[in-house]
Amino acid sequence: MASSFTRVISGRNTAVMLAMGAGTLTSGYLLSDNMEAAERRRLYPPSADFPDLRKHNNCMASALTPGIYARLSDKTTPNNWTLDQCIQTGVDNPGHPFIKTVGMVAGDEETYEVFAELFDPVIKDRHNGYDPRTMKHPTDLDASKITSGFFDERYVLSSRVRTGRSIRGLSLPPACTRSERREVERVVVTALAGLKGDLSGRYYSLGDMTEREQQQLIDEHFLFDKPVSPLLTAAGMARDWPDARGIWHNNEKNFLIWINEEDHTRVISMEKGGNMKRVFERFCRGLKQVEHLIQERGWEFMWNERLGYILTCPSNLGTGLRAGVHIRLPLLSKDARFKKILDNLRLQKRGTGGVDTAATGDTFDISNLDRLGKSEVELVQLVIDGVNYLIECEKRLERGQDIKIPSPVPQN
Amino acid sequence: CAKNTQPTGTPPFEEEFPDLSKHNNHMAKVLTKEIYGKLRDKQTPSGYTLDDVIQTGVDNPGHPFIMTVGCVAGDEESYEVFKDLLDPVISDRHGGYKPTDKHKTDLNHENLKGGDDLDPNYVLSSRVRTGRSIKGFTLPPHNSRGERRIIERLSIEALNSLDGEFKGKYYPLNTMTDAEQEQLIADHFLFDKPVSPLLTCAGMARDWPDGRGIWHNENKTFLVWVNEEDHLRVISMQKGGNMREVFRRFCVGLQKIEEIFKKHNRGFMWNEHLGYILTCPSNLGTGLRGGVHVKLSKLSTHPKFEEILTRLRLQKRGTGGVDTASVGGVFDISNADRLGSSEVEQVQLVVDGVKLMVEMEKKLEKGESIDSMIPAQK
Repeated sequence: MASSFTRVISGRNTAVMLAMGAGTLTSGYLLSDNMEAAERRRLYPPSADFPDLRKHNNCMASALTPGIYARLSDKTTPNNWTLDQCIQTGVDNPGHPFIKTVGMVAGDEETYEVFAELFDPVIKDRHNGYDPRTMKHPTDLDASKITSGFFDERYVLSSRVRTGRSIRGLSLPPACTRSERREVERVVVTALAGLKGDLSGRYYSLGDMTEREQQQLIDEHFLFDKPVSPLLTAAGMARDWPDARGIWHNNEKNFLIWINEEDHTRVISMEKGGNMKRVFERFCRGLKQVEHLIQERGWEFMWNERLGYILTCPSNLGTGLRAGVHIRLPLLSKDARFKKILDNLRLQKRGTGGVDTAATGDTFDISNLDRLGKSEVELVQLVIDGVNYLIECEKRLERGQDIKIPSPVPQN
Repeated sequence: CAKNTQPTGTPPFEEEFPDLSKHNNHMAKVLTKEIYGKLRDKQTPSGYTLDDVIQTGVDNPGHPFIMTVGCVAGDEESYEVFKDLLDPVISDRHGGYKPTDKHKTDLNHENLKGGDDLDPNYVLSSRVRTGRSIKGFTLPPHNSRGERRIIERLSIEALNSLDGEFKGKYYPLNTMTDAEQEQLIADHFLFDKPVSPLLTCAGMARDWPDGRGIWHNENKTFLVWVNEEDHLRVISMQKGGNMREVFRRFCVGLQKIEEIFKKHNRGFMWNEHLGYILTCPSNLGTGLRGGVHVKLSKLSTHPKFEEILTRLRLQKRGTGGVDTASVGGVFDISNADRLGSSEVEQVQLVVDGVKLMVEMEKKLEKGESIDSMIPAQK
């Protein structure tokens, strides 16, 4: 994709420069075909391109200043990804007065470095003050450290852990070419074919699946659709759909991988019931095996010690991990203190359809708020301890006893 | 697969070639691996690539019955740099138009014969629209915010200098009041942020509503859209069947606007092969759609209706415009051609064709046959 600063304004061969006058037609001019970069900048200084963000409410709009824009607008990553491309989704989607979206995406691993002047404050804003310049992110996928990971199944209906992984050396979904996307599919599907035992399974390419397979995957709640959210489409993630997109799952249907949706891969471990420890154990085991299988062929995941695992959306940096349950809390959910309890436990509630859906009845999706600055083990333990606390509250309310708002979980 | 931690050299073009097996649009019919291989490394001076040109056609496989174009231009040079793809697309879309053909421009409204006597009992409204691109800027799929804003500014200055029957006012999309917005909707003037994936996948909705707006004259008979699918869309319209007057106002207004731009050394994109250069190849040539809303309840159910339209070189749409259904037997009838015939010729076809169809409708109302009136292919 073209970057704006490489454009040369072509015109008639007679290079007629008329005086620049603000607000008059004489601010028009014709240029010769060979325009110097300095001339180009004079005609379209960064201020000419600075987006109108007055009605916007997203992390990008809060952080982007004309100064930052001016300093970054001439830069590109080695894949020619530009600042304008990072922020397009945030310009096109002003946001919601109550929900603060991120408003920018990465096109490749280098994005987070080249445009750090904008990404760092956004990361800080989104991840509770985490400073990538000074802090390190811990990665810990040792599931044996988890304690009390078995929930009361009268309340917890299902348990799930998801994350994302990107293949180093290939551009991310907003930026990738068709050949890169196909390469991601090839690399990952080849690796997954090497999984054995309870992890062995098969791949369903979105473009080739039969109607029957499609219906099966829908019934199992595995199938992902072409993105319709303008947050994603404005970032270019739906290009060439459904080319090189697909779903892999194991035969036992409790380990699932999405290929080339919002990230190169989304890895999901799930099962009915409350055995979160087993879900996490399988999650870690599967992830490590997949990593090993791609490394055998000379590939690796995008990761660094400042930002952890590199994903398309800055909100998913670090662990990229969302561990959650579908849980019935009929009494607690009606208690005025519910939100505060969740906040202090660093948990969030969603509807049972996932993000931006409403709860059905008294059943909620409860998961960790944080992604960056705490390890996978810490976050899953936090969810386990938090959900156990919520269940205790529900039981106390059942018995007519009072409940307490817990003290806030320590931050970074 | 080999180790790959740095961006590789360019992959072979076969790796990049889109999967068009389920596609039904002009681009998909024309694009071969050979053409792709030849063009994929090229760029226009502003950096527009083949992948940019075809993205909308890749993302929108099309409809089994309706053939969309499936490609757009990012700038004037696109039609040159990617001619190996666009010439065959243009030929397919515009009735075999050859790369060596010349297009005639005729905006002299006095050359139109008749057109002032279409029966207003049948012809409810008349309208002519076209598009114009300002030379020296890239087109809506590709332009930057800075360019789009300059296009807006230049357009406002030109339009604000119009007077007489053309005196009017500009309403920027991002600052119009609620009252202004409601009025423009009630007048059927307001255009919305594109939702059609044909347009959004081509990048035309970026930065909405920055730099977009609507200008219209006080009489509400002459209207200009700024920075929607093209730099400018110019529309002349009024109730009733006086297409002659609509076309007069259209030609006069367009030429006044063009004069003002030319005075400041700006022109519209035009060449003698493709006529007026617009974003979508379907709008090349005149970019003109001249049409009426006309009541044809009986004729529209006649078995030869489609054939009559084809022979008259006309097309029908619903009263909501493209991709809508007719309501109450009222159809939008307009010229099918854009490239290879002039503005006067195209509007003449509409005027003559609609006149004939209204006479057919009257005959059918009286229970008479119209077989002797079926025209030869124009």
